[in-house]
Amino acid sequence: MSAETPRRLSAHRLWAIVLKEFIQMKRDRVTFAMMIGIPLMQLMLFGFAINSDPKHLPTAIRAADQGPFARTLVAALRQSDYFALTRETASEAEAERLLQVGDVQFIINIPEDFSRKLLRGEQPTVLIEADATDPAATGPAISATRAIADTVLDRDLTGPLARLRAKAGPIDFQIHAHYNPENITQYNVVPGLMGVVLTMTMVVITALAITRERERGTMENLLATPVRPVEVMVGKILPYIVVGYIQASLILLAARFIFGVPMIGNLFLLYGVSLLFIAANLAVGITFSTLATNQLQAVQMAFFFFLPSILLSGFMFPFRGMPEWAQWIGTCLPNTHFLRIVRGILLKGNGLSEIAPEIWPLLLFLAVAMTIGVKRYRQTLD
Amino acid sequence: MSATDLVIDVTGVTKIFDGKKVVDSIDLSVRRGEIYGFLGPNGSGKTTFIRMLCGLLTPDAGSGTCLGYDVRTQQAQIKAHVGYMTQRFSYYEDLSIRENLDFIARIYDVPDRGAAVDRSLERLGLQNRSKQLAGQLSGGWKQRLALAACLIHSPQLLLLDEPTAGVDPKARREFWDEIHQLAADGLTVLITTHYMDEAERCHRLAYLAYGRMLARGTLAEVLSTVNLTTWTVSGPNLRTLAATLRGRPGVEQVVAFGNMLHVSGRDAAQLEQAIAAVRDGSHEWTRVRSGLEDVFISLMAGAKDNFA
Ligand SMILES: Nc1ncnc2c1ncn2[C@@H]1O[C@H](COP(=O)(O)OP(=O)(O)O)[C@@H](O)[C@H]1O
Ligand SMILES: [Mg+2]
Repeated sequence: MSAETPRRLSAHRLWAIVLKEFIQMKRDRVTFAMMIGIPLMQLMLFGFAINSDPKHLPTAIRAADQGPFARTLVAALRQSDYFALTRETASEAEAERLLQVGDVQFIINIPEDFSRKLLRGEQPTVLIEADATDPAATGPAISATRAIADTVLDRDLTGPLARLRAKAGPIDFQIHAHYNPENITQYNVVPGLMGVVLTMTMVVITALAITRERERGTMENLLATPVRPVEVMVGKILPYIVVGYIQASLILLAARFIFGVPMIGNLFLLYGVSLLFIAANLAVGITFSTLATNQLQAVQMAFFFFLPSILLSGFMFPFRGMPEWAQWIGTCLPNTHFLRIVRGILLKGNGLSEIAPEIWPLLLFLAVAMTIGVKRYRQTLD
Repeated sequence: MSATDLVIDVTGVTKIFDGKKVVDSIDLSVRRGEIYGFLGPNGSGKTTFIRMLCGLLTPDAGSGTCLGYDVRTQQAQIKAHVGYMTQRFSYYEDLSIRENLDFIARIYDVPDRGAAVDRSLERLGLQNRSKQLAGQLSGGWKQRLALAACLIHSPQLLLLDEPTAGVDPKARREFWDEIHQLAADGLTVLITTHYMDEAERCHRLAYLAYGRMLARGTLAEVLSTVNLTTWTVSGPNLRTLAATLRGRPGVEQVVAFGNMLHVSGRDAAQLEQAIAAVRDGSHEWTRVRSGLEDVFISLMAGAKDNFA
């Protein structure tokens, strides 16, 4: 009898599982077709825009003029409900960074000569810089500024100044849309599909992986061998990471060549971070499969996870347009963070430092899901 | 006999599911090279007991060793040296025969894997079908594949759970020849079955009902557990005769076997009286040695009474 400790993890056993999963994947034509078909189908479906009216968008003010007129303008913007004035900054670089990291959606620049020009009747220019990655989020707010421009100073411009009011619009709002200047919805939706498609297929496929073994009775055999739970999990996850990458590449190709989405950032960085996201979803699927008693239940659980991932992640509706509770749920979902990463890298050219705040939630999620999965995986039939 | 000769040595093994003792205080010792048969009606706890031996279930009470390892704490070691053939075919139907064997060989980290797979294909006569998907095999071939797979890592103990269910007689015979060959080479085998002819091919037997072991030992020992007297009767209108006999004092069971009835009871004199009362010359009555089946039916009827 060999004296080796059977507790140690073994590369042989891990590789045995990986190979087996690949062969089974190859044999299961329907599932394989689904893995390729779903991204294509979703690309077609979500080529359409989904509109809404998000409010209270975080906004930074860079006011060089602090006079009473400027303050009235700021108050009016705040009252419009579209802008939540969360930051004030004097530095242009700081403002740019806030926009790039996604801390604010707008920067409102009030020029130094705002009051002076206004009094001279010269129509001062207020520059609004918008993060237009998601046009659905910025559009309504920008329209609102037009209405504000016409009436905001009515109360201040009295007496001798009333003549200024008569002019059509005493202030000139200039909009500078960053990242997606033409406000093309597909630029936002198509990269977002990457997260949605991966969530859908990765969770479903792995949710079925262990449940299927239990339903077909092969689990009893597997449990009677020396194979360890971690070996089963990792062995089942690895092959589907490859599938995930194929799906991601399909979508990126479609984004580039069908929808003409700009790709400013580093694609290698995107592929690297995708690994985390794919693994996180696979771990969720595995966890579901340890909870479900049959394949139908596993699919239902996967669907239960998929719905908030598509609705509350910022894919379907602009994240900031959602009620606070929904934003909280969204924050717990890996897709929310992944969407920001994909859009950030592709449309804003974000680098590692800008996406770092979205990476650690993914890591945390992966660790938690994996732990639950391994803990829940029963080594016996008890 | 030294303790190491006992491949299985457990006492008081109990498993409770939903408050029901599915396996109730079973003691068992099996010697190296022995073929030990487990019999009993469906639901009597055979599968559950085997699962506890190979580390798939943890006993709720009882203790002991399997291959010298503690059945409660050293399940991982036990798994490495046991070949377990489940009651239901549990290899991958979407993998070919060779792929299945190769998978199992990798899992057990069998040295010189390719050769081991070839050898096992050859020995079981599967080499021409090695590329066929397991799901397309008939019952008999599936059973051969399962046996080949659970032997590939050269285990020291085989646990076979109803391996011949749904297999034709010729294949069953070949299967048993193989089992006897393996046992002669020193492998220990614990096997469950519903077939009496198979039971008679085991070195020793145990009979389970309602989780309890009602009889055990060699064939002769099991037969003498119940002091049963059996008569056979053949002739016309056996159904009417059976109805008349049932319920008479001394007649404990009336069972149809083909063209005859087996009439048994533990009190030989009382049974003879009951038979004398219905004997009218139109039937042929013969007193026979009670068979295993007669004994098991009697044991089960008794156990049911206790259980209720
Ligand atoms: N995992 C389980 N949970 C609850 N009851 C079980 C479980 N496994 C078996 N049983 C019950 O235990 C009893 C014995 O089953 P089993 O060991 O399969 O008997 P056998 O193999 O002799 O037919 C049956 O009544 C069965 O329903
Ligand atoms: Mg059984």
